[in-house]
Amino acid sequence: MSLKNRVAIIGAGCSRFGEHYDKAAEDLIVEAAQEAIADAGIERERIRAGWVGTISSALSGNALSDPLKLTGIPITRVENYCASGMDAVRNAAFSVAAGMYDIVIALGFEKMRDATLGGLPAPHPVKDNGEAPHVFALSAHRYFANHGASKSTLAKIAVKNHRHGVLSPKAHLRMEVSEEKVLNAPMIYSPLGLFDCCPTTDGAAAVILCRADLAKQLRDDPIYIKGMGLSVSYGAPHYDPTFDYDGFAATRQAAGQAYEQAGISAKDLDLVECHDCFTITEILNYEDLGLCPKGEGGHAAEEDRFALGNALPVNPSGGLKSFGHPVGATGVRMLYELTQHLRGDAGERQVPNARLGLAHNLGGMGAVSAVTVLGNEL
Amino acid sequence: MAGISAFSTYLPRYRLPRAVIAQHWGSHALPGERSVANHDEDSLTLAVAASQNALGVPSRVALDGVFFVSNTAPYREKLVASSLAAVLDTESATRTLDFTDSLRAGSGALFTAFDLVESGQQERVLVATGEVRPVAPDSMDEKAAGDAGAAVVVSRDAGGVELLSRASVTEDFHGTWRTDREDYLRSFPGGLDAKFGYGRIMPQVLHQALEGAGVQAEQISRAVVCGSNPRAIGAVVAKIGIDPMQRLQDSLWGVVGDTGVAQSLLLLAAALEHAQPGELILWGVYGDGADAAVFRVGDQVSAGLPEQRLEQQIEVKRTLDAYGKYARFRKFVKSEFPELESSSAAVLFRDRKEMLPLYGGRCPKCDTLQFPINRICVRCTYEDGLEPIPLPRRGTVFTYYENHVLPNPDPPLIEAVIELDGGARFFCQMTDVAPADLHIGMRVELVFRRYHDAGGIHNYFWKARPAAAAASEERG
Repeated sequence: MSLKNRVAIIGAGCSRFGEHYDKAAEDLIVEAAQEAIADAGIERERIRAGWVGTISSALSGNALSDPLKLTGIPITRVENYCASGMDAVRNAAFSVAAGMYDIVIALGFEKMRDATLGGLPAPHPVKDNGEAPHVFALSAHRYFANHGASKSTLAKIAVKNHRHGVLSPKAHLRMEVSEEKVLNAPMIYSPLGLFDCCPTTDGAAAVILCRADLAKQLRDDPIYIKGMGLSVSYGAPHYDPTFDYDGFAATRQAAGQAYEQAGISAKDLDLVECHDCFTITEILNYEDLGLCPKGEGGHAAEEDRFALGNALPVNPSGGLKSFGHPVGATGVRMLYELTQHLRGDAGERQVPNARLGLAHNLGGMGAVSAVTVLGNEL
Repeated sequence: MAGISAFSTYLPRYRLPRAVIAQHWGSHALPGERSVANHDEDSLTLAVAASQNALGVPSRVALDGVFFVSNTAPYREKLVASSLAAVLDTESATRTLDFTDSLRAGSGALFTAFDLVESGQQERVLVATGEVRPVAPDSMDEKAAGDAGAAVVVSRDAGGVELLSRASVTEDFHGTWRTDREDYLRSFPGGLDAKFGYGRIMPQVLHQALEGAGVQAEQISRAVVCGSNPRAIGAVVAKIGIDPMQRLQDSLWGVVGDTGVAQSLLLLAAALEHAQPGELILWGVYGDGADAAVFRVGDQVSAGLPEQRLEQQIEVKRTLDAYGKYARFRKFVKSEFPELESSSAAVLFRDRKEMLPLYGGRCPKCDTLQFPINRICVRCTYEDGLEPIPLPRRGTVFTYYENHVLPNPDPPLIEAVIELDGGARFFCQMTDVAPADLHIGMRVELVFRRYHDAGGIHNYFWKARPAAAAASEERG
């Protein structure tokens, strides 16, 4: 069974992303949800179920019900590392495809800047997992050794995504950076410096899903889910004797599922929003998503192959790098971004004539990946 | 017949030149350098490293007794010898004891080991020591002290180092002490100890040991005499008719320092590395009285040689060129960084096979060696359990990073994925390493270290450091 053409996005909303010391999670959730509901042009009473993705900002369905005062309907909290938001959408889509509900909401959010230090708690007294950069820094050193890339290769990703982010009104870091600035930034997890890392961001994003066969009654330009994949691989790759630190099976598998459901391949895509939590991740994503052959991601970065204006722009929003990465929000924010482009509403950063777009999350130790393909035609 | 069948020393890799200490405090300079335990080393880890140097990994012999000797044990109430036995995976060790509270704890432990083996109660007893000396910042002791470990095995095997005689004197004398309320050592200023303590008691007990063995001072090949400084030791040895220039074991004061309670076993093991069969060794240990012994070196002494000789460990070192890092190692500088770590006695109990003796699992079906001991094989999903097996302690850096975010006394914190010999992957912190030396493919050895103190528990686990051979190559 495929999700293809069974579920439509009829509304999308996104809060301004940033370092919102003056806003609570409630403010961000309300901002995103109100925009999505207004965009759908529906009364909120028509929403019959909800899914909310957050990694650690709140527990339970109350994370959504309480800010919105949306009570008396089923709401489920979804947590799946950085794929939490997209997985919330995925579960919401299943409920609609199953015929259980006509209209549902899926929202992702994270309030990260209330803490003094980011990072996930260590669950074991001494068996280290490291923090967010862990598997990506380890992969970067292997990538350098295997494929001849360097810190300068990584910097090209930061320069591109910051350039795109300037065109995104809701992005966290709307500033261009030079390669020199990237290379001279303080080291975080070697070889990843400050500008190789996405920021920690506050934000929320929401979509309203509807049965595809009813969508045209509500708006002229619904966006259709063409495929959704999710894959979970071994969460402790550092203990896996077969793990090569040269890309992520979870991405390859989730993308494979989504492409198969959509009946397309990477060459059919018009734009991609991929999980550039660190610059090296975007390079590995190019290869894992099939946008370029294995080992060629660094070369593609160096020639700026996936910049806006070229055949296949990657992260026209600015990506996690510039738009920001409120963990639970990011997957939903990507679907918001694709929706804007597929409707032709993306303003200065619009990818011309976009018909098919892909969004990709990668979480934890590179072990949880979600991929969604959206299209603007049935 | 009981005898010493194996012996070893362990020096931490860090050294602090005494001139650096003097320059920092604006105090009187002294020549030479002292050894410094890394921030993740303590008396237990030093004793573990020395024991592994004596026994090999996995252990070459089965031990039925494990004695831990230290005046800086990591716990006030909780046995440490039991931890040592667990790390060494000596399941058959029935007698585990901590010897402490005196500079003479090492000789007391060794004599007890001889008693138990000679009487037939024990087959093979390990006596291991480690000491991170509790010396006050900006004190003479800070310059004079050194940190080290040592280990000897007493067993019924023939041909080891026999004990010909021993003598003990007990005197209630404040030579070096530390009350239950104090962090740092004290000694009475002036010449009290030299004249009426060490200088009086030590020659007396050395004499008694010679008499007991029925040998003359001239017959002694090497005198191994403990003391706080070379001059005092030389004076005592001269008093009993042994030329300190010819036949006195170097106190290691110039390159290691006064290692306190560890000194007795450290100097004995150092002397045995060069001992020839038939030689007689006179041993003297001071503290609350004194112990002395005469040993005869047996035919099989070379069978007890350690994996790494003392000379090699003196050579392979990392020199601290500023006092600040040492201050952080010894926690003179308090960090306001929030405590991120946690611990649980329940988890440590449950994972005890993995934590201290470092077992992994081998899949009975696909033969893959892996860590941790998974319920289901990570490679072939074989479901009926892995065979627990001690992991190899050597391997190669598969990939790594420097973590500049988390605070570390020896920054940056380096973490690495290690491909252990035999194929298992292990992820851990690296230690005793300079970031510039790091590279994919670097040969490393796993060492037992203290990770952190969380939940009121000292949490020990394994780290990787450049293998001794690799470290010497990089050095020169």
